[in-house]
Amino acid sequence: MSNETGASTATFRIWRGNSSGGAFHDYTTEISEGMVVLDAVHRIQAEQANDLAVRWNCKAGKCGSCSAEINGNPRLMCMTRLNALPLTDPVTIEPMKAFPLVKDLVTDVSWNFRVKPQIKKFTPRLPDASDGTWRMAQADVDRVQEFRKCIECFLCQDVCHVLREHRLFEYFIGPRFFVNTAALDMHPLDTANRTADLRQNQGVGYCNITKCCTNVCPEGIKITDNAIIPLKERVVDQYFDPLRKLFRIFR
Amino acid sequence: MAEYETHDYEVLVIGAGGAGLRAAIEASANQARVGVVTKSLLGKAHTVMAEGGIAAALSNVDERDNWRVHFADTMRGGQYLNNWRMAELHAKEAPDRVRELEAWGALFDRTKDGRILQRNFGGHRYPRLAHVGDRTGLEMIRTLQDYGIHAGMEVHMECTVITLLKDDGRIAGAFGYDRERGRFLLFRAKAVVLATGGIGRAYKITSNSWEYTGDGHALAYEAGASLMDMEFVQFHPTGMIWPPSVRGILVTEGVRGEGGVLKNSDGRRFMFDDIPENYRAQTADNEEEGWRYTQGDRDARRPPELLTRDHVARCILREVREGRGSPHGGVFLDIAWIKNRLPNGAEHIKRKLPSMYHQFKQLADIDITQEPMEIGPTTHYMMGGVRVDADSQMSDVPGLFAAGECGAGLHGANRLGGNSLSDLLVFGKRAGEYAARFAKNNGAASVDPQQIDAAAQRALEPFNRTGESPFQVQQDLQELMQNLAGIVRREEEMQHALIELRRLEERANRVAVAGNREYNGGWHTALDLRNLITVSEIITRAGIERKESRGAHFREDFPSKNDAVGRCNIIVRRDVSGEMQVIREPLAEMPAELKQIIEEMK
Repeated sequence: MSNETGASTATFRIWRGNSSGGAFHDYTTEISEGMVVLDAVHRIQAEQANDLAVRWNCKAGKCGSCSAEINGNPRLMCMTRLNALPLTDPVTIEPMKAFPLVKDLVTDVSWNFRVKPQIKKFTPRLPDASDGTWRMAQADVDRVQEFRKCIECFLCQDVCHVLREHRLFEYFIGPRFFVNTAALDMHPLDTANRTADLRQNQGVGYCNITKCCTNVCPEGIKITDNAIIPLKERVVDQYFDPLRKLFRIFR
Repeated sequence: MAEYETHDYEVLVIGAGGAGLRAAIEASANQARVGVVTKSLLGKAHTVMAEGGIAAALSNVDERDNWRVHFADTMRGGQYLNNWRMAELHAKEAPDRVRELEAWGALFDRTKDGRILQRNFGGHRYPRLAHVGDRTGLEMIRTLQDYGIHAGMEVHMECTVITLLKDDGRIAGAFGYDRERGRFLLFRAKAVVLATGGIGRAYKITSNSWEYTGDGHALAYEAGASLMDMEFVQFHPTGMIWPPSVRGILVTEGVRGEGGVLKNSDGRRFMFDDIPENYRAQTADNEEEGWRYTQGDRDARRPPELLTRDHVARCILREVREGRGSPHGGVFLDIAWIKNRLPNGAEHIKRKLPSMYHQFKQLADIDITQEPMEIGPTTHYMMGGVRVDADSQMSDVPGLFAAGECGAGLHGANRLGGNSLSDLLVFGKRAGEYAARFAKNNGAASVDPQQIDAAAQRALEPFNRTGESPFQVQQDLQELMQNLAGIVRREEEMQHALIELRRLEERANRVAVAGNREYNGGWHTALDLRNLITVSEIITRAGIERKESRGAHFREDFPSKNDAVGRCNIIVRRDVSGEMQVIREPLAEMPAELKQIIEEMK
């Protein structure tokens, strides 16, 4: 039976502010069994801080809207349960740091939406079955499904030091879009070549495979090993293979 | 005078879920200048939550399937209140829309010979749902998003429309604000497509995201369009119920499609006890046959767990009311048992239902490969919506179109699982095509500055007063609708709901918000409240008018079907004096060849 009555409280230290500055505010609120951080933020918003800015949508880990830094760890607020956090101290909730702050927990992630169209779009080969469609083996489909699980929460972009510390937003597309490129490149039907872009405009060389992105991915995508390293290998094959180099000189 | 930024489009699409994006892609392909307005970031719309798949008679898994069977299944599921022309178009065109999605990069699970795999789902006679594990919605929205950004449309993310603008009866555009900065925006447009989704946030227990505040329904109603079938709110039988904070989150029907069974506290598969007459011939009467069906035996009939959602939800409620529920007020959904039947059963479950496995593991500490889930009904889908022309999706307001969940007609009294994603594609495309055509054939309309000023002024009122929090009013509304206009309805309860709704409206008109216009959750909620209250009243009035039980609408005081009202759709619109008008409208006569299909498939 319901044991919701065993009410206890916890304190949340939430960043309040906008692009011109801000500070942490402590809010103490009631918590109940099974609550996630987003529930606590909502309760605080409803009861104590109506104008608190928080971006969310599905509350089920499927849309990737509620990314934040919880006790310093980049996570989805809707998938972080309170019973996984030490509640003896205040739980710190901050906006993602790699992106400009809009207000409170909401950041301006529009850069990501400007990067995506720069990646060459899906370009299928001509249909090869007599009914005008394609045949594909499940094994070939399975290979890319890992990348297609991405929910675009941008936590990987948030922790990538090339973006977070070095601010190379103009030269580097970040882990999310390497995953996106890998999904397209390894699509069984795709025919486009994205290797030149990866090297020249998208900065795959800046990644020094520290795997910070992989560690924070809520979908468990092995971003570095399965997406970025194979893409780096393509660049090496195409541009730095000594035999190919010779071939290019004498062509 | 209100200050605002102005954008000019030929076609403005409001909403960027499956229907909105498909409409925008089609309107762009027809050389229209297209703007898309979305309350969220691009790619976050509620479509991402869809799990099961896209229903389309591709007949890849069972060659006996074709559009006629899909048509008949859809009509039967909708208890024949469906707009037959929409059901026909949908069944005929869904396969092409799925193949098109594949050509745009979507990757579906495959059959052994490399074609798109299809799975079983409630109410569909043959395996029909194209799917990607249990994350089909994500695959669909990402495919449309990534295709759409190269199609020429302009996207306004995190913007909310607060009113539609008209010029001498026809649509002229929309007025709204951007959520980030709170600045007003004017969109002048020759045609507007509403693709705003549903109304789930009017209820306390719901699988729907915050966006589902009935915006399109309310905007259309206020613009003078007719709404139809609004009494039909689908309560999905399987939502999570424990712990309290996850209550309502959807558990895909795919669990039952893969062999999951429903049991009460006595361990009995209670669904065998109540199989409706019109489904008896195609439903298994023993557990063995049901299991064979889920494993692809073409001669087996489906288990009763895969009966239509309205029926399964009511059976669950009955078990709970009669004291045979689970500890937290639901029943048990068990997929772990299939380990007795399948070698590597646990791995099989994880591979077929990965999101469900993680959802329960992370949110409820339950390993679904080891123990049963506790589930109960959750508000899921609005069958009703803007009444539209079947072919063009245009409403009674010239230039105003609606597609997807905020449109009405395809699903009648109850939607079949999988028919929503196909609805978005089929009618999203049609709305986009006809909206572009309307824009080409009609000159620019002019917008009324006074209407804009009034809307802006009204939107800012909550800042200029002191009063209660909009969140409190929203919570009270959700509680009210859950209790008085939910799964089981009664006349006096709904009459009482109308009185309470009037009080809530008065309270909503007095709510106050603190702070400024920048990304202000309180302000956004205050503005959404108006739409929620409007649709709640429409649902309740339509529910009172339908004095029978049919599909998702169950009246305890009228527990059977009644042909007098059963041959009508209920239409709600605003009359000239501004009052809400509820009308019974007889169903359109179905052509003989469609009638014959239904007869043949009985």
